[in-house]
Amino acid sequence: MVMINLILILLVGGVLAMLSERAGENMPRRVALTVVLLDIIYLLSHLSGMADLTQLQAPMPDDPSTWLMHFKAQWIPAFGISIEFALDGVSLLMVMLTLVLGAIAISSSWTDVMAKRGFFEANLLWTLAGVLGVFMALDLFLFFLFWEVMLIPMYFMIAIWGHENRGYAAMKFFIFTQASGLLMLVATLGLVAVNHSATGQWSFSYFDLLNTPMAEQTAHWLMLGFFIAFVVKLPAFPFHTWLPDAHTQAPTAGSVILAGILLKTGAYGLIRFAVPLFPEAALDFSFTAMALGAAGVVYGAVLAFSQTDFKRLVAYSSVSHMGFVLLGVYAWNELALQGAVMQMVAHGFSTAALFMIAGSLQERLHTRDMREMGGLWQQMPRMGAVAMFFVVASLGLPGLGNFVAEFLVLLGLFQVNPWMTAVAALGLITGAIYSLILMQRSFQGEPNAKLEGHSLTDFGRREMLTMAVMMVALIGLGLYPQPVLDMAQPVLQSLLEMTSVEIAP
Amino acid sequence: MNMSEMTALMPILMLSLTAVVLMIQASIKRDQAVAWWITAAGLLLSLWGAGYARDFVQPVTVLLVVDDWGLFFTTLILMASLVTLILSKESFSPEGERKEEYYLLLVLSVLGAVILIQSSHMASLLLGMELMGVALYGMIAFPEKGELPLEAAIKYLVLSACASVMLLFGFALIYAATGDLTFAGIGAKAGEAYAREPVLLMAGSAMILAGLGFKLSVVPFHMWTPDVYQGAPTPVTGFLATVSKGAVFIALTRFFIEGQLYQYSSLIFALSAVAIASMLVGNWLALQQQNIKRLLAYSSIAHFGYLLLVLIALSMAIDADTNRLIGEAITYYLAAYIVTTLAAFTVVATLAGEDDSLSMIGAFDGLFWRNPLQASVLTVAMLSFAGIPLTAGFIGKFYLMTVAIQSQLWVLMGALVLGSAIAIYYYLRIIFAMSKIPPASIKLGSQGDINKGPRVEFGPQDLLAALLMLLVLLLGSWPQPFIAFAGSL
Repeated sequence: MVMINLILILLVGGVLAMLSERAGENMPRRVALTVVLLDIIYLLSHLSGMADLTQLQAPMPDDPSTWLMHFKAQWIPAFGISIEFALDGVSLLMVMLTLVLGAIAISSSWTDVMAKRGFFEANLLWTLAGVLGVFMALDLFLFFLFWEVMLIPMYFMIAIWGHENRGYAAMKFFIFTQASGLLMLVATLGLVAVNHSATGQWSFSYFDLLNTPMAEQTAHWLMLGFFIAFVVKLPAFPFHTWLPDAHTQAPTAGSVILAGILLKTGAYGLIRFAVPLFPEAALDFSFTAMALGAAGVVYGAVLAFSQTDFKRLVAYSSVSHMGFVLLGVYAWNELALQGAVMQMVAHGFSTAALFMIAGSLQERLHTRDMREMGGLWQQMPRMGAVAMFFVVASLGLPGLGNFVAEFLVLLGLFQVNPWMTAVAALGLITGAIYSLILMQRSFQGEPNAKLEGHSLTDFGRREMLTMAVMMVALIGLGLYPQPVLDMAQPVLQSLLEMTSVEIAP
Repeated sequence: MNMSEMTALMPILMLSLTAVVLMIQASIKRDQAVAWWITAAGLLLSLWGAGYARDFVQPVTVLLVVDDWGLFFTTLILMASLVTLILSKESFSPEGERKEEYYLLLVLSVLGAVILIQSSHMASLLLGMELMGVALYGMIAFPEKGELPLEAAIKYLVLSACASVMLLFGFALIYAATGDLTFAGIGAKAGEAYAREPVLLMAGSAMILAGLGFKLSVVPFHMWTPDVYQGAPTPVTGFLATVSKGAVFIALTRFFIEGQLYQYSSLIFALSAVAIASMLVGNWLALQQQNIKRLLAYSSIAHFGYLLLVLIALSMAIDADTNRLIGEAITYYLAAYIVTTLAAFTVVATLAGEDDSLSMIGAFDGLFWRNPLQASVLTVAMLSFAGIPLTAGFIGKFYLMTVAIQSQLWVLMGALVLGSAIAIYYYLRIIFAMSKIPPASIKLGSQGDINKGPRVEFGPQDLLAALLMLLVLLLGSWPQPFIAFAGSL
């Protein structure tokens, strides 16, 4: 029930936020923030009663009771569909990331969104609810439901409150994810049908569908259906084209949620479903997947370098960073997987912060074009310093979370494919180039003549507080990553064991 | 014919009675309010009759068969007709114009549809279809001052006549081959006839499929659809899209199953081609529409393409389990389609009425902020058409995909996925238009003036729209009871 309540609080909170607009224009965001904080407190209060989170028992794929939490209730028995949620270390990490970034996104919408605030905050909360569902659902039907439904409020956020080209961006975002989602639906149904013909039972439960025996050919096709859906969301080269548009056009809070959380659903799906459900097919496919990942790392970096739009640059850097996740997942050993999980968390914070800085700049300068910026540090030293911090975090400075993540991925990958590692390591160099260019063009150098006479307000207390939360998180991840690694370790361990047994019977 | 058989025909009898009462009323005193109430009472009585007849399911003569499945759809189309009736009251013709005959035509058309649903014989099939069709011509052309309705009616009349001729010729050929006119009889004798006269039987079946395909407006028999959808008064369009198409599809299914047409690979091949063409062409042409009624016309073409997949799957069905699945799929998809379509047309009828310019997509700009209820209903309807989870349309699509996978119809499955992917674009366009914030309110900022738009009065149509939306959501989020019910038919 805890997990359902987590989602329900957000859903009901969304309705409350919408209604609260009548009480005053500032009410919705206050209500929304309260709701998310309440959700976090609720989750923590339930976790505190449980065993030490850094010494979790390994969740066995065939025994739901070894999971941290498990809930199952009948829903559509005719097809063996149930409302089944479960939580293990990895999903718990993702849930916490979602809620924290959700609170940050609400804070970033404080002055950004001017019209229809109630509906905006409602959509934001509903998106969060959908994402939580994705991270916790272990019935494939339910997973698909959340996967699709979370798109709708996100679509509205881009389509209603986005920037100049919002219609196009929102449409592209929705069609890309929906069309690839259809493939996943087909693959899910195919998997269920295979299981049905083998056992005579309809079931969409993750626990029943693991270890479904099937022909090699079938497994390949089904795996591909899941893979495409997840890498479109990730996004990996060459399925990334929706991302720069959606990120650039979305309002700040939308970009924060998109980059910080929504992309992670794709990575999570790969780790949770695409590989464990079809271990052999995934192994055969791993070279292609890693090649796509490496290509994404380099290609995203090169494109990021050539952007003049602040947000677009950050968006392409996401493509590059998510390439590391894809590499880590398909290297499929403990180090690389740890790196992938770490990257999901660290990238969530660093990119969210950069998007918020972009949003703040747009609010003050009414442009995202870096050619119109320059020398901003002089007028806004606090924002400059903060930007510097997140830029170096994103380029992988040792001591910050992203470094640990990328390092682990490369280390794990080296055991599998040294050449691929060499290519991916290029991403670290190119990453430094585009990140520093971003900094130079906007904050350093001569002040842009067009900005003369503009009085630019620096970050205020609210913004500094939000940024501080993310800075602390990144420093913590960089200096003492052990708790996160400990939480993920048992899960990854049992996933590895389960898939390796199958590969070498 | 004994008493029990008469009772089984209760819905048909009640509708006939209503028609007679309406005629008598018109000859005594012309009053459209009275006619409206008589029609409403007649439809409600028939609904009661359909429930009452459930205890008396049986074949009634060779012409009709009363079974649970047919009675369920009878109930559904009677409800759809009630929706049409409610919309018609508000929707068209100004005060003082006489339109009692409209209600008579409506009742006759429903009567035709019910006969069609329950037919088990070529003669009753033709009778039902013609009764339904001929009454529809009148309904389409009823606002006699407009140019578009007249054009639509003529178009529908001429092409319908062609389709009927095809159908009749098909009947003749089949009769020549088998010597039987009942569906079951054809099925029993077809195997032997096929050995003797394969061409005759196939040509006859193909012509029947073409004739029915015209009414279902599947590609390549779809040309009339957008013009008729656009030209007809909106409630009538809704009626055409739900009652008429639904009833014809039921009749087609009966004929297909009883006549065992699914055994012939050449027919299945032709049907597959038609289904794929409908999915792709329908969705593709819908992309380019600016008028929401035309858009819905093309979308319905695609939806019947999807639905044909189920009939094709019959040819592959091996075990009883799959057959049960196919039966449920037809029932669920058709019910979901009808409810969703009614929801969409309720909104269009309420907002656009008979003004053609108001049914352009541009006219729906910013509807969320002007009329949140109607906008939400239309949004849910569009999402349901697009097959997004938590709506009835999704469970329908889920069924179709499951059937396609069980029967291994990969090509059709591919077309279904591709068609659905294209379709998202035009359904979203409508939602996007509705979600636009009017520029003026952005300038004024967050002063809250946007909520103080013209106060929309809450009328019976809003209640109806809200009910239909809830039904779509209920069918999508808690489908188990309905699945169990569909399985029991």
